[in-house]
Order: sequence, then structure tokens, then C-alpha cells
Amino acid sequence: MTATADATTPAGEVPSFEVTLRIRRMNPEGTSDHAAGEEYWEEFKIQAHATDRVLDALHKVKWDLDGSLAFRRSCAHGVCGSDAMRINARNRLACKTLLKDLNPAKPILIEPIKGLPVEKDLIVDMEPFFASYREIMPFLMTDGPAPERERLQTPAERERFEDTTKCIMCAACTSACPVFWTDGQFFGPQAIVGAHRFIFDSRDEGQWDRLEILNDKAGVWKCRTAFNCTEACPRGIEVTKAISEVKKALNTGEI
Amino acid sequence: MSAPELIDPKPRIRSGRTRRKAERWSWMFMRLSGLVLVLLIFTHLTVNLVLGEGVSQIDFAFVAGKWADWWWQVADFLMLLLAMLHGGNGMRLLINDYAHSKAWRSALMGVLHLSMVVVIVLGSLVIWTFDPCPVDADMSLLPSFCEDVLQ
Ligand code: SF4
Ligand code: FES
Repeated sequence: MTATADATTPAGEVPSFEVTLRIRRMNPEGTSDHAAGEEYWEEFKIQAHATDRVLDALHKVKWDLDGSLAFRRSCAHGVCGSDAMRINARNRLACKTLLKDLNPAKPILIEPIKGLPVEKDLIVDMEPFFASYREIMPFLMTDGPAPERERLQTPAERERFEDTTKCIMCAACTSACPVFWTDGQFFGPQAIVGAHRFIFDSRDEGQWDRLEILNDKAGVWKCRTAFNCTEACPRGIEVTKAISEVKKALNTGEI
Repeated sequence: MSAPELIDPKPRIRSGRTRRKAERWSWMFMRLSGLVLVLLIFTHLTVNLVLGEGVSQIDFAFVAGKWADWWWQVADFLMLLLAMLHGGNGMRLLINDYAHSKAWRSALMGVLHLSMVVVIVLGSLVIWTFDPCPVDADMSLLPSFCEDVLQ
């Protein structure tokens, strides 16, 4: 068989197109055009392929156009949770968002996630987010001597908290939460997801310590079921449902 | 080069936890009072605006006629109380969310609580001390049963 080459798109080649990225930037030291700490939009035009993700586009900008652009990323495959950002006004992982799914005819808006202090460009200070997570004590708590072998549980017991084990701590949910934006004390959806993972684990014995922490003024009762978190989660975790299960456990006293 | 020192995760930051169960009761109250309010308000709207002659029937005599019945007094009092507490609690949550400085917070909370007390007290006074047949009033404006009472 002989391959017939197409004049415009040779076999195997992915069509390419031009996209504009409009990126929200901030340099704490200032640039020649912008004062220190000033936030501004900057546009970049790049050539992209249909298989490219927003992360690839950001790489092109950083590697070929402007090396000062700052953003976090590590795995580039939706595992590490470093690159959550606000893309076209929705929180997503840059490495899991294809450019062609975003209507590349229009400029693509890229901003840092909201509600956390911006350090530079798309990098935010995640400390308040991690502080909430630490507060719910995200580690196995048990009484008595450790068993000789692993702690067993049935598939049904495991199923109970399966969904919340998938969290990669990207902060897409917490920084999409309107209560977190305004009030600044709320634990945020992620901390509740993290607590849910242990509260409903049959091997853990610290449930009531965690539930008591979430019963706090800044805990689950601040949630107004806006569902922004469930929509934002790149892992498809049913965050609002997990929060409701925690509320139910507190209301009924049963786990 | 040395690895960064690992910090024990256990000592944790305490958030300012006050009254332990307050927020849970507030949450519960909002759902329950919301349910009761839906029932009360729809009954109120149907009886006042749909049944009988509709909106044109509402005058002093209509209100007086309703409140001559203890059942309506209780229903209206409940509606007043729950609506004020439900709305007031909602406003409290909003103030907690948006007013960050201590001064603003206490000022707004003060206004909120004062207005709640004033409305509830005035409203209850009207409902419970209401006189359907005031003496010296124009008989044509009063409910029909006043004729027996006043003569
Ligand atoms: S629950 Fe989902 S959105 Fe929230 S931090 Fe975990 S993975 Fe990210
Ligand atoms: S870079 Fe690791 S999740 Fe996107």
C-alpha cells in the first residue's frame, strides 16, 4: 500500500491553529512597565496543535516568548495537583484542559486561582489552604497496639470513602468556593474532603475529633451548597455530597 | 546541602471556637423554619389574595375578621416570629462573611438585633392586643360581628 500525501495536511499531522492567551500577571518586584505588585493582563499569540493543552501553551510562552512568566506544574498529567488555575473563569488543571475545547477563536483567559494571595503571576500562596488541611488531622489515628498484619476492611467499608481518596490537593475546589472568597475563615471544601476520607474509614478511630473540628464556626455549617466545588474538581469528586455526609454525621451522631 | 527539617504535623492551629453547637443549631433552624415558613406564607397568600374576592377584599374588616379567630392570631404570630428569626439569622451569616473589621461587625450586628427586636415586639403587640371593634369607629368599616359587640 502506498500512502497518498495530502497537499494541505500530510498524513499523521495534527492541524495547527493560532491562539491568544490573555494572562493575569503580577510581579512583586515590578517590571519596566509595571509597578511592583501591580496586576495586569498580558496577551501572547502562539501557534498550537489540536492535541495541545493549556499547559503546553503556557510552556511555549515561557520557553519561547517570555521567560519571566511564573506558574507551577510538575507531573503535567493531572496527578500532582500543582497547576490549578482559573481558565476562562473556571477552575481547572492546565494540564488536563485541551485548547481546542476552549473555543480558541477567542482569547483564552488565564488567572491565578481566587481567594489565596498571589505571589507572582499564576503562583499563589497555598499556606492558608494547607493550614486548613493540617487542622483536620489528615493521618490515621488509632487506639491500642498496632496489629501484626495490615488492618483489614471489607470492600463495602472501603467503598464508603473511595471517592474522597482521589483528592490531589490542587485547591481548585476551595478557591472556587464563594464562602471561602469572602469570609477568609472557612476551612474550605478540600479540608472537609480530607476529613471525610478518614471519618468514614473503618480503620480510623479519630472520627469524633475531626467531626468536632468541623462542627466549628469555620466548619461545615458555613457551606451553602453552591456546588462550585463539585463542578471545579478535576478528579470528579462529589465534593458537595461529601460535605453533606459530614453534616449528616454531625446531625444524627452516626457515622 | 541538607534536606529541610520535617515538622511534626500534630501541633495544630486552633481556630477561635466558641459555643460548640451553636452553628449546628443555626443550620437546623434554617431548614426547619424554612419549611414551616413555606407552608405559612402560601396559606397566607392563598387565603388573602386568591380565595373569596381576592385582593379587593382586604380592608380593616377583613383583617379584623381574621384576627377574631385565635387560630389566625397564632398563625400570623408564628409567621412574624419565624420570618424575623430566619431572615435575621441569614443576615447574621452574611455579616459574618463580609464584615471583617471588629467595629463594622459589631455595629451591623447591633443594628440587626435592634431591628429584629423592634419588629417582633411591635408585630406581636399588634397581633395580640388587636381590637376588632374600636368604639367611636365608623360602623361601615368594621366587621359585621361588631354590631352585636358594640350595641
Ligand atoms: S477535592 Fe478535587 S478540587 Fe478539591 S483539592 Fe481535591 S482534587 Fe482538587
Ligand atoms: S501538572 Fe501535575 S496536575 Fe497538572
